[in-house]
Amino acid sequence: MENANDIILSVRQIQKSYQGRRVLDNVSFDVRRGEVFVILGGSGCGKSTMLRIMAGGVEPTGGQILFNGQDMSAVKGEAREKIRRRFGMSFQSAALLDFLNVEDNVSLPIQEHTKLDPHIISIMAQTKLNLVGLQGFEKLFPSELSGGMRKRAGLARAIAMDPEIVFYDEPTAGLDPVVCAVVDRLIVDLTKKLQITSIVVTHNMESVFRIADRVAMLYQGRLLQVGTADEIRNSKDPIVQQFIRGDIEGPIQVG
Amino acid sequence: MTPLLKKAEQIGNALICGAEIAREGLCLFGETLYWIFAGPFRGKALDGKAISRQMVFMGCESIWIIFFVTFFTGIVLAMQSAQQLSKMGGTIYVASLVTISLCRELGPVLCALVMAGRIGASITAEIGSMKVNEQIEALETMGINPVRYLVVPKFLALLLMLPVLTILGDAAGMLGGYMIGVYNLKINAGLYVQTAFKFLTTKDVYTGLSKSVIFSIIITMVGVYQGLKTSGGAVGVGRATTISVVVSFIMIILADCVVTGIYYFVKM
Repeated sequence: MENANDIILSVRQIQKSYQGRRVLDNVSFDVRRGEVFVILGGSGCGKSTMLRIMAGGVEPTGGQILFNGQDMSAVKGEAREKIRRRFGMSFQSAALLDFLNVEDNVSLPIQEHTKLDPHIISIMAQTKLNLVGLQGFEKLFPSELSGGMRKRAGLARAIAMDPEIVFYDEPTAGLDPVVCAVVDRLIVDLTKKLQITSIVVTHNMESVFRIADRVAMLYQGRLLQVGTADEIRNSKDPIVQQFIRGDIEGPIQVG
Repeated sequence: MTPLLKKAEQIGNALICGAEIAREGLCLFGETLYWIFAGPFRGKALDGKAISRQMVFMGCESIWIIFFVTFFTGIVLAMQSAQQLSKMGGTIYVASLVTISLCRELGPVLCALVMAGRIGASITAEIGSMKVNEQIEALETMGINPVRYLVVPKFLALLLMLPVLTILGDAAGMLGGYMIGVYNLKINAGLYVQTAFKFLTTKDVYTGLSKSVIFSIIITMVGVYQGLKTSGGAVGVGRATTISVVVSFIMIILADCVVTGIYYFVKM
């Protein structure tokens, strides 16, 4: 029996439809405090939508998201914003603001939500940049950074407000294998060092087995399996196995 | 379904769609006003640095294009009117004709059209790119309201700068008219200036400036609305930018007609 305090985020029978098309269908799972939880699935299976619903950016058509036992859909306005400030999000495209340099990008949430002295904010931003290995690049603009550096800067911004949960949307998409491994290491290190919970959406199998404590696999908007990385690796489900091996032949229909 | 019914349905759908766009646009305008007036009381002061940065971009960097357009319009206006007025022996009235048409009508409209092309397009392209690159979503995730952070500085900057640019544009146009009047029509310089301002009333000036305030609201709101509605990558940004400029142009001309009508029919 799991202790309720161990569960930081609980997904209960989440449904989501867009213009009559069901994207998520009764998805339920729990995310434990301090773990790296990976949501796995093919393109268009609804995993990014799931991530956005969990982060409070998209309203589900049905179901509940419980954060520390509190139903997020029951909280509106300023109170909801306060909860969302306890989350950080790292985007697929990094989503750094083009007109701000790296340091200002990382400082932005601190500047907006605190009344700290600009000098202190600058020190805090630099500390976060050091954590992701971007010291010395503070004054560069996003367009002057490589893909991997942009992702790391986005990660520094995601942890700027010392969140309890960090959501990662395809953190290794478009990166070479070495940089992929660097970003994966960073996710694991930050989760342990900062004692945060990481929820990662990806379809990169190497990444999954490198970082995941537990994995949820989605297929056609439904939850196929939840388990540890090893349980998923040794799953008897033909869909899971085809997805892990990347076989063309099998039950997964490519549309 | 008969062709007539089908047509009626299409018109109905278009009207519903138009009403929905108008509602969303008004909501966006309302939200912008909310953050301007209520924001400071909620601990979200106006960002002076961002506003001044936008004022430099929108105002200072537009001076030359505004000067170019209005100066030559003044010249053309003087030449065209001189041709007609000389037939009636009223060449001297070129001065007042140029001044009044510029202050009441041409100055505000031309400046607004130039700014819709330059600034409206840039607002849509910038916000549209931010939308497709997840930057707007990133702001929302950080608990930063995109309207307060992105729209308010642009709105206030253009609200302040368009009337200023209009005054400069009026002056540049008058200078163009003066060049023709004095150097081509050989009107005495002092007499030209005296005639230019003889018939100009305060109403002419505030009519023009009130128009430029309304035009600035149109340009920013249309630009931002189209930017926030952008989807579909680079093609979507291009399409939104085109729509933004075209809609701004149409709305500026319509608003000009309405405001001129109000000043014309309602005695103020």
